[in-house]
Amino acid sequence: MSLHKLGLVELHKKFTAGEVTAIEIVRAYFLRISQVEPKVKAFVTQTKDMAYQQAEELDHKLKVWRKTHPLTGMPLAVKDNICTDSVPTTCSSRMLQHFVPPYDATVVSRLRSQEYILVGKTNLDEFAMGSSTENSAFGPSRNPWNLHCVPGGSSGGSAAAVAAEECAAALGSDTGGSIRQPAAFCGVVGVKPTYGRVSRYGLIAFASSLDQIGPITRNVPDAAFLLQAIAGHDPMDSTSVDRPVPDYLKALQKRDLKNVRIGVPVEFFAEGIDPEVERAVRAAIGELKQLGAEVKEIRLPRTDAAVAVYYVIATAEASSNLARFDGVKFGFRAKETKDLLELYMKTRQEGFGPEVKRRIMLGTYVLSAGYYDAYYGKAQAVRTLVCQDFEAAFKEVDLIVTPATPTPAFKLGEKSEDPLQMYLSDIFTISVNLAGLPAIALPCGFSKAGLPIGLQLIGRAFEEDMMLRAAHAYEQSTAWYRQRPSIR
Amino acid sequence: MMFEAVIGVEVHAQLRTNSKMFCGCGTTFGLSANSQTCPVCLGLPGSLPVINRTAIEMAVRAGLALNCMITANNRFARKNYFYPDLPKGYQISQYEDPICQHGWIEVAVGAVTKRVRIRRAHLEEDAGKNVHGAGTAGSRVDLNRAGTPLLEIVTEPDMSSADEVVAYLKGLRDVLMYLDVCDGNMEEGSFRCEPNLSLRPVGQREFGTKVELKNINSFKYVNDAIEYEIKRQTKVLNEGGKIYQETRLWNIDRGETAVMRSKEEAHDYRYFPDPDLVPLQLNEDWIEGFRSSLPELPAVRARRLITEYGLPEYDAGVITASKGMADYFETCLKQFNEPKTVSNWVMGELTRELNNSGTDITASPVSPERLVDLLTMVDRGVISLKVARDIFPDLYRSDKTPQQIVQEKGLTQVSDEGALEKMIDEVLSKNPTQVTQFKEGKQQVLGFLVGQVMKISGGKANPGKVNELLKKKLIV
Repeated sequence: MSLHKLGLVELHKKFTAGEVTAIEIVRAYFLRISQVEPKVKAFVTQTKDMAYQQAEELDHKLKVWRKTHPLTGMPLAVKDNICTDSVPTTCSSRMLQHFVPPYDATVVSRLRSQEYILVGKTNLDEFAMGSSTENSAFGPSRNPWNLHCVPGGSSGGSAAAVAAEECAAALGSDTGGSIRQPAAFCGVVGVKPTYGRVSRYGLIAFASSLDQIGPITRNVPDAAFLLQAIAGHDPMDSTSVDRPVPDYLKALQKRDLKNVRIGVPVEFFAEGIDPEVERAVRAAIGELKQLGAEVKEIRLPRTDAAVAVYYVIATAEASSNLARFDGVKFGFRAKETKDLLELYMKTRQEGFGPEVKRRIMLGTYVLSAGYYDAYYGKAQAVRTLVCQDFEAAFKEVDLIVTPATPTPAFKLGEKSEDPLQMYLSDIFTISVNLAGLPAIALPCGFSKAGLPIGLQLIGRAFEEDMMLRAAHAYEQSTAWYRQRPSIR
Repeated sequence: MMFEAVIGVEVHAQLRTNSKMFCGCGTTFGLSANSQTCPVCLGLPGSLPVINRTAIEMAVRAGLALNCMITANNRFARKNYFYPDLPKGYQISQYEDPICQHGWIEVAVGAVTKRVRIRRAHLEEDAGKNVHGAGTAGSRVDLNRAGTPLLEIVTEPDMSSADEVVAYLKGLRDVLMYLDVCDGNMEEGSFRCEPNLSLRPVGQREFGTKVELKNINSFKYVNDAIEYEIKRQTKVLNEGGKIYQETRLWNIDRGETAVMRSKEEAHDYRYFPDPDLVPLQLNEDWIEGFRSSLPELPAVRARRLITEYGLPEYDAGVITASKGMADYFETCLKQFNEPKTVSNWVMGELTRELNNSGTDITASPVSPERLVDLLTMVDRGVISLKVARDIFPDLYRSDKTPQQIVQEKGLTQVSDEGALEKMIDEVLSKNPTQVTQFKEGKQQVLGFLVGQVMKISGGKANPGKVNELLKKKLIV
């Protein structure tokens, strides 16, 4: 069997058993990349030479001293808004097309200290703003299940690369669903950890109070394995939380869901949901019951306000976070400008794409004098209500189950002219970010057209272990994850 | 019409932390451009701020010394604007609920003591510096200073003259330097002040339109700029003109203020809580711990030096302006209880040498013990005051004791009558005219003759003894 067919945990076992070498792994993956990447276009940058060199060094070192870490020799992809020392980090924006960070994000330095192998940086919607990767300045990625469809976004490149087996696993970032929605569209597993569980240091900020880095993998154990490597307190990120990280793989050992209470929020099955999606998710809920879970209906009444609240808060923070891209210190600078004001204006006009500009304008507006209270202030107040909804629900249940997206993957160009329709594709994922909770998306079936459908499980803050355990039990009993796209 | 000025002041005091407000970079002034920077203070994409604990401590101590209430629940906010020296496109500052609120400080203006209320003091990070010219085309940005912690201290509009403002600023600066939270260096910009000023007809309650003054980096310019601005506004109002709300820059060369920007050009800073920093909660016991360990503040200490040691007001003011000097002074007094003599030496010879070598008094090569040694030698008549002054620079530049220096140079005071008489005889025989004059009743000549003896002795003769012996010889 080709090495690229193995998931992260399986590959790790084979590698530590000495059955394969790092160079064999790298060779297999870059062969696979050369075959499918022209169709999928998951990567902005491939780090082939670096990967080969690293693999050689690793193999050499292991001959002398056989000591490995969980990620030693594992070929991973990293979303291109996470800083990698000496490797371009573009945010899929013209603004950062030639930006090479002089430092590693904390998650990357953790992977590096575990001797991972970077295969490349993956495509995204510019500055993580979008749900299809169509907002990338370097062109969209494709869905490996159907190349006419989007892979979702903004971590579409990472999800597509994992689905197309171009890497063993990948890192994405999730601000309003940017890990879970593409994971659902590409039939893979995506985890958005609790806000504060994983360091944001080195993640190029979109909306600081919502952003969180997480794994995108082929199955739940892989997600647990990769989350283990990146989770934990970081003194460089004041919003990261100092509390112990449980053993996530160990949490998966319990295969039944006895004494687990799962809530089904009625608001998530209202109008707009695709009947095929609803059918698959209802079937999944039945399966969870079969596994011993106690399933009950719950209410999250402020769900309808979540998208509005999100687009006020996220854009407000983005308008400030993206102010540093002014052409002065790094990144793109417009040519032939006559004074400072023109330097700022032309640089930002030419460096940012339309969606980024739209959000900067929205965010600037909601923070401006005279409008702050009506928009930003109000949105923060409603955000608190959204959190209270979840708090109330989690008094009655241990997990919440919902569809990950209202529809399966849509066609390229289908929504790109209608921002509002595009925004609504995150309707099931957004409130989770507002409340800072952990959530996982995993495959729960396929549409008649052969596109994956995603299930979302939402957990209590810092209870990723419980969430992963339930997801794993479901995965084991249904095995949707074994289906892979036929792309070659 | 008679007008009165209404003046408030904003001060930006740079806190003396070793590292910056939100990263580990150093804060030393004057290093090569951009050598004290990291991803955080360069505002590189993805970098995040972490609050400097020492800066919080310093702000709390300053707040307590300024009689402020300390805010338990602190939030940092982003102040958004574009400028090349502002790497993130926003400054991390405090907006609502600043760390210190509602304080006051008492300042003496002549014989009157006045209370100036502090409205608030908040923490923020400094910007970098734009460097223009310097032999290159275009401008450059130096971000060494970017991220340095500042405490912005804002008064109520409680002052009404340049004198009061200068007295307030000196008082505030003394307090901050006492606490060792700010080095008070105005030229290097560690203590920057921006007065705002309006006029109103005497007797009117409502405020007039206020003007902000910038670019003032010495107490003299503070005084000059305010006096200029009061005159300018008085003239405009008397001529029926209107004062516009604007920021004006003090032009040192022209000695006048000029418009920098008007209110219409004022920014909308779009303040909002910084989501990268969680709310900072200060524990009450922690705050109270700082209150109980506050040092005696300069105004209180000056008063004590006057009552306890009978020091003149002027001396007490100078000595207590720096904590180091006041500590030095009091250490000397423990071993040598002549307050005025010690204050003369500390304010005179010692300060001169310290200034010349750019040394802080806490690092003075002449320790209180060595100074006391020297003064004791004068007191016991071993050397004259003149010799003591002459050898002070040697004392300052070497490790030797005053005794060693005096011995090496052979400067011990001559009090031996036999030796002195020899010298006196020599002087008398050389100056017969003056001797005659004295005998005719011209008493002043005595001083001249004493001087001549001192001269021959190379300053070593004991002047009291010489005086005594001369009189004896001449009167007989």
